[in-house]
Amino acid sequence: MDKVIYTKPEAMEDRFTHYCPGCGHSTITRLIAEALDTLKIQEKAVCVSSIGCSVSSYYYFKCDGLEAAHGRAPAVATAIKRCRPELYPFTIQGDGDLAAIGTAETVHASARGENIVLFFVNNAIYGMTGGQMAPTTLVGMNSTSTPGGRKTDTAGYPIRVCEMLATLDGPAYITRVSLHNPANVRKAKKAIETAFRVQMAGLGLSLVEILSPCPISWKLEPTNALKFIEETMIKQYPLGDFKVIDGVKALIEGVNPCSPK
Amino acid sequence: MSKKVLMVGNVAIAEGAVLAGCQAYFGYPITPQNEILEHLSKRLPELGRVFLQTESELAAISMVIGAGATGVRAMTSTSSPGFSLQQEGISYMAGAQIPGVIVNVMRGGPGLGNIGGAQGDYFQAVKGGGHGDYRIINLAPASVQEMMDLTMLAFELADKYRNPTFILVDGFLGQAMEPVIIRDAVTKFPAKPWAITGAKGRPKNLLDSFEMNPVNYPSRVKKLLDKYEIIRRNEVRFEGLLLEDAEIVVVAYGSASRSAMSAVKLARTDGIKAGLLRPITLFPFPEKALRELSLRIQAFLVAELSGGQMIEDVRLAVGLDCEVDLVNRYAGVPLPAEEILESLRGIALKQRKN
Ligand SMILES: Cc1ncc(C[n+]2csc(CCOP(=O)(O)OP(=O)(O)O)c2C)c(N)n1
Ligand code: SF4
Repeated sequence: MDKVIYTKPEAMEDRFTHYCPGCGHSTITRLIAEALDTLKIQEKAVCVSSIGCSVSSYYYFKCDGLEAAHGRAPAVATAIKRCRPELYPFTIQGDGDLAAIGTAETVHASARGENIVLFFVNNAIYGMTGGQMAPTTLVGMNSTSTPGGRKTDTAGYPIRVCEMLATLDGPAYITRVSLHNPANVRKAKKAIETAFRVQMAGLGLSLVEILSPCPISWKLEPTNALKFIEETMIKQYPLGDFKVIDGVKALIEGVNPCSPK
Repeated sequence: MSKKVLMVGNVAIAEGAVLAGCQAYFGYPITPQNEILEHLSKRLPELGRVFLQTESELAAISMVIGAGATGVRAMTSTSSPGFSLQQEGISYMAGAQIPGVIVNVMRGGPGLGNIGGAQGDYFQAVKGGGHGDYRIINLAPASVQEMMDLTMLAFELADKYRNPTFILVDGFLGQAMEPVIIRDAVTKFPAKPWAITGAKGRPKNLLDSFEMNPVNYPSRVKKLLDKYEIIRRNEVRFEGLLLEDAEIVVVAYGSASRSAMSAVKLARTDGIKAGLLRPITLFPFPEKALRELSLRIQAFLVAELSGGQMIEDVRLAVGLDCEVDLVNRYAGVPLPAEEILESLRGIALKQRKN
């Protein structure tokens, strides 16, 4: 008999997405759905979508969903968790959403150590509005609002969100992953799953930054977009863990944090 | 037996929220409403409910959205500059039909203005303030008792219509101290099958204001507009004083209506047939009552703590054949009864001459 080794995750809706071909958002949708399946939390998960290309990401999961205004998803998720602690709210936010207009909400949800999950889709550009400069746009990188490339004298420098938030005492788990090849997609999958497990264990806030291709706004073929992440973006945004509190370490290593060492 | 206690207006709002079953409060400090936030910072955790001092009013209203979406009763309170920031979230709430109560204890403006009480946010609160086609029920208390009672009503109406509801009150009332009869706590709450509670044993619930398909969008907004029509029909509230034989009617709300009430009584002792119409709901506005009055009287006097905002709604309601005068104070200064009385005398004199 044939064995099914690859299929659509249970927690994912059977419908077309609105994402462009080669867009990282599609991969992220699938990875999140896989995590909901693995952890069996689809009935308790709540997708808080932000404004950006992830605007209607709640269409694609078989869990409850809610829209937040541009940048406000961490505040909305905070309230959901405070009012119904049994639910597992997660946000999906672009770089403009999380690191420009929503910087205050991001920093303060992190500082309070809210028990929520933030998925931060860093594509270094404003995808939805047609490719303008984002707070994460690389120096010299072209966008529709930085003709000739981002210049530091007028547009300043890109923000490293993980590094910045890792200085806070509030967050439990902060990590940066990338989608540029299958090995890294697998790492991203692991990080996404860990973030949910951190919330399930009540350990605090997780932020998973995902370097994600936007071939349309980068004006690159999808495969070249992946190459751009690997060869250029990672230099500005190095991959790895930036904050892993002891409880999370124990969780990752499969140790029961309560058992005597 | 119900208990009667002395209470500050802002605390009456906070206690009204507690009695109405408010499970979550989110707010950012601003004068003159701080007593609400401070009172609830102690009261709600004692009851095992949620209190959170937020990083901004933007975050506060976003949290009211998150909380209201889960089906619990939620509130924020602020004053004018913070109310401006909350317009974003209020528009989203209206669009996604998420209930919640927003209290604006108004102060002088524009800009940072002055912390004295005012009614200069009437346009912003009653006409919209945020973007798009939406309406908000506005309740305007005029006593500390009403601050408690209307706060409780605000939660009920918010749930009933799945719409944000405002308490619009001036800073003078927020700081006023008066006896209050403590009401019974609400124990029955409406079912909310639309709420975000986890997609277990039911199809998933989505709460949003966004419509990707432009063809579907008008019908979605139409549903909202139809709802506002029902609110207009069913929820008008006002109080009349000495209206039966009145020849001049003062229209005033909030603390201005209290000065107006004194002025009307004084005018009566002068032989001037004055009356008072006090809107309790600013949206929906008591336009029908005003129109009916306009058929038999010729003069209205609008008393407000602004440059003249509600007066536009009175003029719309009564039409061009009636005289509608304004007596006002603005920029954080109270309106004395004597001033309203002077205006009433002036109008009466003019009418006698005609
Ligand atoms: C208050 C507000 N300002 C601006 C916009 C327009 N807008 C929509 S999405 C977006 C930026 C999205 O970029 P990003 O967050 O990086 O997400 P991406 O689309 O790249 O996934 C902007 C500016 C808006 N919807 N609301
Ligand atoms: S514009 Fe970019 S981020 Fe948006 S859907 Fe297209 S590829 Fe994805």
